Amino acid sequence: MTDIPAPLAATTPKRTAPPSPAKEVWLSMRANKGAMLGLIIIVLLFLVAIFANILAPHSPIEQFRENFLQPPAWVEGGSWEFFLGTDDVGRDLLSRIIYGSRLSLFIGSIVVTISLALGIGLGLVSGFFRGVTDIGVMRLMDIVLSIPGLLLSIVIVAILGPGLINAMIAVAITYVPHYARLARASVMSEMSKDYVTASKVAGAGNLRLMLREVLPNCMAPLIVQATLSFSTAILDAAALGFLGLGAQAPTPEWGTMLADSLKFLQSAPWVVTFPGLAILTTVLAFNLMGDGLRDALDPKLKT
Amino acid sequence: MLRFLLTRVSLVIPTFLGITLLAFTLIHLVPGDPVEVRVGERGIAPARHAQLLHEMGLDRPLWQQFLSYVGDVLHGNLGISLITHRPVLDEFLTLFPATLELALFAVLFAILIGLPAGVIAAVKRGSIFDHAVMGISLTGYSMPIFWWGLLLILTFSVELQWTPVSGRISLEYFLDPITGLMTVDSLLSDEEGAFSSALSHLILPSIVLGTIPLAVIARMTRSSMLEVLNEDYIRTARAKGLSSRRVIGIHALRNAMIPVVTVIGLQVGTLMGGAILTETIFSWPGIGKWLVESIGRRDYPALQGGMLLIASLVMGVNLFVDLLYGLLNPRIRHRR
Repeated sequence: MTDIPAPLAATTPKRTAPPSPAKEVWLSMRANKGAMLGLIIIVLLFLVAIFANILAPHSPIEQFRENFLQPPAWVEGGSWEFFLGTDDVGRDLLSRIIYGSRLSLFIGSIVVTISLALGIGLGLVSGFFRGVTDIGVMRLMDIVLSIPGLLLSIVIVAILGPGLINAMIAVAITYVPHYARLARASVMSEMSKDYVTASKVAGAGNLRLMLREVLPNCMAPLIVQATLSFSTAILDAAALGFLGLGAQAPTPEWGTMLADSLKFLQSAPWVVTFPGLAILTTVLAFNLMGDGLRDALDPKLKT
Repeated sequence: MLRFLLTRVSLVIPTFLGITLLAFTLIHLVPGDPVEVRVGERGIAPARHAQLLHEMGLDRPLWQQFLSYVGDVLHGNLGISLITHRPVLDEFLTLFPATLELALFAVLFAILIGLPAGVIAAVKRGSIFDHAVMGISLTGYSMPIFWWGLLLILTFSVELQWTPVSGRISLEYFLDPITGLMTVDSLLSDEEGAFSSALSHLILPSIVLGTIPLAVIARMTRSSMLEVLNEDYIRTARAKGLSSRRVIGIHALRNAMIPVVTVIGLQVGTLMGGAILTETIFSWPGIGKWLVESIGRRDYPALQGGMLLIASLVMGVNLFVDLLYGLLNPRIRHRR
């Protein structure tokens, strides 16, 4: 009786517990090739950022006086010492790009954290209390949204003064309305559910209701939005750097590196090519993963 | 319909007032002496300082200052540029056609390529073409356009010398600004070759500015088409024996277009943001370049007025799209 006929085996399905939510997301993500590619690039980026001081062949700000604008290794005149070539003051491009990954990931994390915290706070309060508070907060968000993001951030930086910290604050402010609207919409749909009434009846206070009961059920769309705005944050901060309003030289921020090398566009195209490629790859990786996460977590948001 | 129109329009008023308040607050937040910030000079003599303070009304309470600012804005008085000493509104209106022309060509480029690409990708779902469209559009969406512009200049202007590097038209042509749109003005003038010169100057900037809208339109068209193609009436149309070209081209596309049109309308903000970068790279004499230069020159009145005008513009276009949407789709109009 060791070999059971196939039809018989099929009639007695094995009962398994449904997969946990986290596992379900992971399974759905794994089926998505693009999302996995994005995830792999992101993991690599984080590794590069963490081990930058081991991986980078040189210091990002050390100037090699004999090697101004040296082309990459595979071009005539290049050397393996400076794999991607050097910039106009003789700094190793590869090392600068490696150290730049630290900055970009740092910018992305800080911007997302600030905007997520502010947005969730405003959205929760708005959706929870409704009424005048809601109208006031949402009108304010409409105002911020009616100004193109990049324009608002350059105006804020123009007032606060150029620099990496101010650029991050400026970019973060422009993202707050997106989170606030998302959080408010989910809070409102959760508020009408039975479990909220039940915990109200059980005597839960407003704060507990908001933070312990309602908020965890609103996280899915917020997580998706956070991943997607990680990429736009890197892009916008780089744009500010490119306009000379973000990180200042000699900081190896990718956008700032591009701005510094504009003069050499014709004579030394590599100083322009690689920082841009680094920005594109990073942003693309986060968008790939964000798309995958959205499909996995919240099919309703699929566009 | 009238009720829908009135509600939507009345919602815009507080937002407009809010933007005005924001623009008013921003110039007050600029660190430094308020008079020096507005006059653009340092070390003004105390007597003149007091006089200017009074002349500009800066000694009045804030709420009075705000009310008179709103009054000024409604009369089209947005202040005087510190650098050119011309009214900010005049500056804006002189430069705006350049940005408008660039944006129109960018949208044209985005629609001409994005729409067919999205439709074909949806019809051939799962094919190599579909994957390619989705891959390329996600790359376009992730593109740092300031770098993309530099790459295009490097390839097509420097290496191949197919297109000019910067500006709106070759220096040999001098056209009377009739509409302010170079392509139109060059057709109106009888200078030979002016039109093709204007057009060749437009190609690269429009591609750069149109890249992100192109990606958004292609993705939106694809998903909207996919949704529509699943509807019962499409099956009915097919069952009736209509050709697949007719089913897709007329029955499906028409309904799939509604969300796409909305998305195109909502790209105005993206376009204005993108114009700042595109104009800077291509030395395109429009609003975007002017704003960036105003920051460098600490021309705060120009920055303040420019921001207010752009925000109003974006708001106006969004309202228009909103109303149009209500007109096309009665379900929106009657929703409460």
